Amino acid sequence: MRDFSYFRASSVDEARNAVLQAGGALLAGGTTLLDLAKCGVAEPATVVDITHLSGLGEINVDASSAVIGALARMGDVADHTQIRAAFPAVAESLSLAASAQLRNMATIGGNLLQRTRCPYFRDPATFPACNKRNPGSGCPAIGGVTRNHAVLGTSDACIATYPGDLAVALVAFDAFVDLGSRKVSVDDFFLLPGDTPDRETVLGRGEMIVGIGIPASAAARNSTYLKVRDRQSYEFAAASAAVGVELEADGKTVRDIRVALGGVATKPWRARAVEQALIGKALDVETVERASGLAMEGAVSHGGNRYKIELAPRVVARAILKMAQNVGGLA
Amino acid sequence: MTRTIHLSLDINGRRHELDVEPRVTLLDALREELALTGTKKGCDQGQCGACTCHVDGKRVLSCLTLAAQVEGRQITTIEGIAAENGDLHPVQAAFIENDAFQCGYCTPGQIMSAVACIREGHAGSDEEIREYMSGNLCRCGAYNSIVAAVREAAEAVR
Repeated sequence: MRDFSYFRASSVDEARNAVLQAGGALLAGGTTLLDLAKCGVAEPATVVDITHLSGLGEINVDASSAVIGALARMGDVADHTQIRAAFPAVAESLSLAASAQLRNMATIGGNLLQRTRCPYFRDPATFPACNKRNPGSGCPAIGGVTRNHAVLGTSDACIATYPGDLAVALVAFDAFVDLGSRKVSVDDFFLLPGDTPDRETVLGRGEMIVGIGIPASAAARNSTYLKVRDRQSYEFAAASAAVGVELEADGKTVRDIRVALGGVATKPWRARAVEQALIGKALDVETVERASGLAMEGAVSHGGNRYKIELAPRVVARAILKMAQNVGGLA
Repeated sequence: MTRTIHLSLDINGRRHELDVEPRVTLLDALREELALTGTKKGCDQGQCGACTCHVDGKRVLSCLTLAAQVEGRQITTIEGIAAENGDLHPVQAAFIENDAFQCGYCTPGQIMSAVACIREGHAGSDEEIREYMSGNLCRCGAYNSIVAAVREAAEAVR
């Protein structure tokens, strides 16, 4: 890890100004920044510690929404009684992520900004080329070992998977990122790689996430996060789904349904085609399985990740059927 | 660029003064500057849990924590959990009783993690212990005995 200077910010403005200096990087939980600094991917000249700022770690839930400060820890949000009741998919996406130690460290703002686990991206010594690290240098993952790479939202420049779980749950329930001077929907916050995979979010220079907001809804209240992976705990998703279901008063027709996927796409992936196919329908196994297949519209295999195209719709279907059963709406 | 910074750290109830480069992690500060070598360096990348310590009572990975970041916080390491008179912490005793290690390298991290796991109320069943201890790897594969030790210590504490 290259040396850097250390600056402890005492206000959001001070942090923003400090990070505007050449090579400044915000330090919250540190679980991404210090990891990437050790890999040689991040080389900050100044580390701006924001963990001593007060007032950014609060979790407030009322009948209309949840508002969570950027510095709230993953573990505290996962265990929060009201979050668990009103947004179970959000709580589960956090408790199924990382380890207890990392959840005590990592913050909500930092969690959104975690970088891909693409092994080529993470190993600049062995693989100098990487369009995410060095725009225009090429992508060694394409044609390489692609078991964990994305099948949705990829480009000729980058096929790296967005690794997070929380953002998948957030995108399903129309959450937004609060940047202080503006609010951006989570869906719009993350960018597709296209020709500029080095640009992962709309975050501008000197901008900082100060919190997130999640609108309450019946679908969010009846929701789940299903994560399938190579081992049962402490592992990134091979494929995951955040699903929420609200039925009409008849107890069987779908009024509102939310579906988002993780582990298979270059950004948190809202599967609106699946939702549209199920609104107004009764949920039986065949209908749900057929609709879930729409989640893979446009999917591209790179060889090793071909299994995800078969796996992801099954994960989606399982999650929808579980939520249908949960409200007694499984035909 | 700042070459060294002065830090005052509260570790196991004692104040330690040190001058370190800003990039020095809590793990390296403990081991290299303060000779508190009970905390182990395994992967040094947040993947193995061998470096687990407590900051303000919560278990964290000291390899991904800057020493500078924890100034003003209460740090507890494996050296700080036994009683003043030398009596072992119930989790330490349970690890010995259940032979919950082979080589022992992951053990301080396992114990620090287990102490917090029990305190959090996440040691209610073997399944829950396995889930909430998943951040601590044991390459010798002593997992069954580790689960037994955590279960026994949780019952003793309760």
